[in-house]
Amino acid sequence: MTRARIATAWLGGCSGCHMSLLDMDEWLFELAQVADIVYSPIADVKIFPEDVDATLVEGAIANEDNLELALEIRAKSRLVISFGDCAVTGNVTAMRNPLGDPQQILQSVYVDAPDRDGQIPVEPGIVPPLLPQVLPVHKAIRVDAFLPGCPPPADRIQAALEALLEGALPPNRGEAIRFG
Amino acid sequence: MVDRRQTVAVTFDGVDAEGVVGESVLECARRNGVTIPSLCFLEGLSVWGGCRICVVEVAEDHRLRPACATQVVPDMEIKIETPRLRAYRKSILELLFAEGNHVCAVCVSNGKCELQDMAVHCGMDHVRYDYRSPLREIDASHPKYVFDPNRCILCTRCVRVCDEIEGAHVWDVSYRGEQALLVTEMNKPWGESLSCTWCGKCVAVCPTGSLAYQGRAIGEMEHDPVMIKRLAVARSRNEWLYPEESK
Repeated sequence: MTRARIATAWLGGCSGCHMSLLDMDEWLFELAQVADIVYSPIADVKIFPEDVDATLVEGAIANEDNLELALEIRAKSRLVISFGDCAVTGNVTAMRNPLGDPQQILQSVYVDAPDRDGQIPVEPGIVPPLLPQVLPVHKAIRVDAFLPGCPPPADRIQAALEALLEGALPPNRGEAIRFG
Repeated sequence: MVDRRQTVAVTFDGVDAEGVVGESVLECARRNGVTIPSLCFLEGLSVWGGCRICVVEVAEDHRLRPACATQVVPDMEIKIETPRLRAYRKSILELLFAEGNHVCAVCVSNGKCELQDMAVHCGMDHVRYDYRSPLREIDASHPKYVFDPNRCILCTRCVRVCDEIEGAHVWDVSYRGEQALLVTEMNKPWGESLSCTWCGKCVAVCPTGSLAYQGRAIGEMEHDPVMIKRLAVARSRNEWLYPEESK
C-alpha cells in the first residue's frame, strides 16, 4: 500500500494550529504508520516537495513569502486545506486590514512606539515585504476544504486527516466548522 | 383553558401544523416545534424583518418572505429547507461576516454568540466575498458597558429594547447604506449620554459581542435575550402592578 504524502505549512499565523496538531498525541503514531509528513514547520524540510496528496495550510497570506509558498503549495498538492481561522478568514492576522497602508503600521510599531532606537526592519531577501492587505488563503489560491477554529481542536484535525486518508474531504457540517 | 382564537391549517416543508390567525409564520413554526433560523427577531420586541435570515418560500408563488413579518393564512404551504433558501441564508451570513470585523477568536462572546451559532447551523465554513475591513472605533466611554461596532450586525435589537421596553431610546441607527452605524443619543459617546439609565437591556439582547460588560475577556460575555420576553409577558399581564393599579 502506498503511503499518503501529507504536508503542513505555516503562513501568517501564530503556530497555534500546529500546537493543536501536536495535541493529537498518540494518534500521531497511528498517522505515522500510514502517512509521511513530507513538509512541515515541525519537520526539517527546506523545500516544498512535489506530488503531495494533501497540504494543511495554517495562517493567512500576509507577506510576499506567504504568497510565494501558497502558490507553490497549490502547484504541488492535490488537495489544499485551509487550516484554522487565519487561513480561512484572515482572523487576527488580518486585523491590520482596517488600518490600511502597512508602511504606516510598521512605522507605528517599530519607530513611533519604542522608547529608543526604533527602526523598520529592512533585509531584502530575508524579511519579506508585507502585502497591502492580509488575505484568507482562498483569496490567493484555490482551496479544496476548510477547517476553521482558533485553533481547530485536536479531534477536529484528526477527523479531517482520517477523512483525507480515506480519500474524502474533511467533515464540513455541524461543530466541525465552528469559528473561534 | 380552551384557546378560542381562530386556527388555520398550514404545512411546514410538507408537515401539517396548526396556525393561529394573526400570528407570524415564525411564531407559528416555533409553537409547533419547527426550526426557522432567525437573528434580528426577538420575542418581546417589535418585528424588524431586517436580517432576512428567516426568509421562507410560500408554495403559491415561490416568493421569498421573512417568516417574522409574514402572517399565517389558511392552507399556507411554507418551505424552509429548500436548496435555494439554504443557499440564500448562507449568502446572507457570509455578507454579515464580510461586512464588519467579526474576529471570533478575540471576541468577548466567542462560543456564546448567535452569529457564530448561525454560521454553524447554516453550514458556513468560509466567506466567499471580499472582507470590507471597515475602520470603526470602539466606544468604551460608558462606565459599565462597551460598544464595539466592528461586531455589530445592525439587528437593531438594542434600539428596539431601549425604546420599547426601557422607554429611553438611547440607541438608533445613523448614516445610510454601508455607512450605517449604531449611535447613542445624537452620536455622542455613550458615557456622556444623559438618557441612558444603565439598565443593560441593550447588552442583554445583543446577539454578538458588539455590546458587552466592561472588563470581559475573550469568551466571557453571556447575553440574556430571553429576559426581554419575560419582561414583555409580565408587563402585558400587569404582573407588577398592585391590583388597584391594573384596573
